[in-house]
Amino acid sequence: MIKRIKVGMASCGIAAGAGEVLELLQEMAGDNKVVEVGCIGHCYAEPLVEVETDSGDYIFEKVQPKEEDLQKIIDLDEFSRFQPHSPRVDKERQLITSLAGKIVPTSLEEYRANKGYEGLKKALEMEPDAIVDEVKTSKLRGRGGGGFPTGLKWSFLAAKDSEQKVLICNADEGDPGAFMDRTLMESLPHQVLEGMLIGAKATGARQLFIYCRAEYPLAVKNLNIAIEQIEKEGLNIIDGEPVKIMVKEGAGAFVCGEETALIHSLEGKRGTPRYRPPYPTDYGFHGYPSAINNVESFANIPLIVRDGGENFAATGTENSTGTKLFALAGDLEYSGLVEVPMGISIGEVVYDIGGAEPGSVKAVQIGGPSGGCIPAEHFDTPIDYDSLTSLGAIMGSGGLIVIGNNRCMVETARYFLEFTTRESCGKCTFCRIGTKRMLETLERITGGEGGPEDVELLADLGKKIIQGSLCGLGQTAPNPVLSTLKYFNNEYLAHVEEGHCAAMECKALVDVFIDRETCIECGQCIKNCPVDCISEDYVIDNEICTRCNSCIEVCPVDAIARVAKGGEVSVGN
Amino acid sequence: MSKDLVAEKSNLIKVLQTEQKKEGFISDAAIERIAGEFNLPVVEVEGVVSFYTQFKRVPPGKYQIMVCDGTACHIIGSTLILNWLTDELGIKDGETDEEGLFSLESVACLGCCSLAPVISINGKVYGKLDRKKLLKIVADFRKKEAAGS
Ligand SMILES: Cc1cc2nc3c(=O)[nH]c(=O)nc-3n(C[C@H](O)[C@H](O)[C@H](O)COP(=O)(O)O)c2cc1C
Ligand code: FES
Repeated sequence: MIKRIKVGMASCGIAAGAGEVLELLQEMAGDNKVVEVGCIGHCYAEPLVEVETDSGDYIFEKVQPKEEDLQKIIDLDEFSRFQPHSPRVDKERQLITSLAGKIVPTSLEEYRANKGYEGLKKALEMEPDAIVDEVKTSKLRGRGGGGFPTGLKWSFLAAKDSEQKVLICNADEGDPGAFMDRTLMESLPHQVLEGMLIGAKATGARQLFIYCRAEYPLAVKNLNIAIEQIEKEGLNIIDGEPVKIMVKEGAGAFVCGEETALIHSLEGKRGTPRYRPPYPTDYGFHGYPSAINNVESFANIPLIVRDGGENFAATGTENSTGTKLFALAGDLEYSGLVEVPMGISIGEVVYDIGGAEPGSVKAVQIGGPSGGCIPAEHFDTPIDYDSLTSLGAIMGSGGLIVIGNNRCMVETARYFLEFTTRESCGKCTFCRIGTKRMLETLERITGGEGGPEDVELLADLGKKIIQGSLCGLGQTAPNPVLSTLKYFNNEYLAHVEEGHCAAMECKALVDVFIDRETCIECGQCIKNCPVDCISEDYVIDNEICTRCNSCIEVCPVDAIARVAKGGEVSVGN
Repeated sequence: MSKDLVAEKSNLIKVLQTEQKKEGFISDAAIERIAGEFNLPVVEVEGVVSFYTQFKRVPPGKYQIMVCDGTACHIIGSTLILNWLTDELGIKDGETDEEGLFSLESVACLGCCSLAPVISINGKVYGKLDRKKLLKIVADFRKKEAAGS
């Protein structure tokens, strides 16, 4: 007997078409209950539908909103069954995401039925110091990128004697390729809130904020529903006083993820960082002592208090305990969200969990615009704070992009610099102008006008920007360039010395060429060229061509390709 | 009772967001009005508006196309996607076409990296795009528009 039918309706599911599936299922399911759940992490298989029955659960993948397909699901036919690939099952360790996609995110009842708020219950009976000690014992380090010990941060706030203290959840998630925090908030809002309430008890904070990216409407919605529920149930009452929790939406600025900038933004101002010290725990929101933690950090807290810090520290490595969420994407088979024990190797994540073909990958980018590229030779490196830093990357918040052999590393570095240049708040000269100069230099190189001195200039500027910047944005902005310079110097040199981009990505270094032997003269390319640069006898005028790839895309016989500029072209190979 | 920390000025961004949601953009007149309401100099409100990329100073098109240029999408080809749209619509990143039908904007990660490259139109996401799929989506919107008006 069917108990209920669950449709994965986190952002990833909705994007893949889960909304239409849900609607149709609701029409067809008769008396069966259809509910919306969050994300189980296997985003590549969306839309996902799970049928709970008396005799076990059945998951269906890549479900289309077609009546005949959905009927098969309701009848539990052998159809489109989802089976997570076994290497991932073996390597993954779901501690904080164990309920994601399994329960209705906005059901307090269901969260409670799965040990939810047991950590808070325990915390409310503990002395604040004892909670802080438990978190210290767990050795939890901040998941927002810096890796600062959470227990220590909390002890600073707890020690403050102030009429008001503030605890802030950093949900700005600015790394443009990361969605761990979004998934947690969408799928498990109560778990994040439980962590925050435990933090309030531990530190004495009575005003809580969640500063959330404006681009995450579903996360904001689910959090607000959950807040209303706990206020109604009185779960936010700590030592007899109701704690205020408020969700504040950011307005699209990467630098607002930096803690002092975030506080300025919360105050309604421009989100520019300021010099630290004073640290927020001394002078924070409107001058009150404030502590800021990342969403994932908070999501770990209920487990630490419920099962004990020592138990938590048993997972992971000596100095990096617990698990880490990664948003896996790029050139691999199984993209999505994974939770792995700290200390797992990069290779295990990329090949075993991500299903990337060994030999097809040249690097991973970890840590987004503040992080670096790690080449495949180093994929046996364990994922922990210190090992990654020693390679010139950072743990970051958890974006992990797999870069295939056919991509250009110089262009990848340029991409990140363009991002940080745009996002620099402009306060520090080195960050504002230095990143701009670096970007211009990279553009010269990808534009075919760079020289060997430009490569040296990049290294030099990089060091100076790191030294001359106030906040983490500038201090880490050169990382993507410095790490690619270190590991992929040959690609930089090929660009500046030979004018060659092996990946054929840098427009200025390639021509587009029609192989007349293969060409069937169908005329598609001529018709689709936006700048009319293809002649009637199928020759491309590369002076006019914008390298838009339209002809390559429409050619039915793959006769058109990018080739090295000015190089010898072998016809009909 | 704990002191209410959320002083008036903290709500400036919220009020601007509400304005933008209502009007689609922040006009000069709106800035002046809001500055008056908060008792702040106009330049200060303008400073806040210009700092945050979310705030638009020109009216958007009826269909707002966002091209994801997050890391995953960039690596898999968002530059080409943006170029194709520019060729098709005759507008560049940040512009709105003359009829006010489409506007085009490149944005950071839309959070559906497993579907890269992706775009969203008025919030609905379209993934795993190639040129053919992309042009069909635009053509469908145009058809819908022609049928409707
Ligand atoms: C430019 C910049 C952007 C940042 N963005 C984020 C972010 O999006 N999310 C986050 O949690 N921390 C971000 N941080 C780190 C925060 O400043 C802060 O260290 C963190 O929120 C502390 O929480 P944790 O100790 O739990 O990691 C950023 C830092 C910098 C310098
Ligand atoms: S990078 Fe495009 S959706 Fe994440």
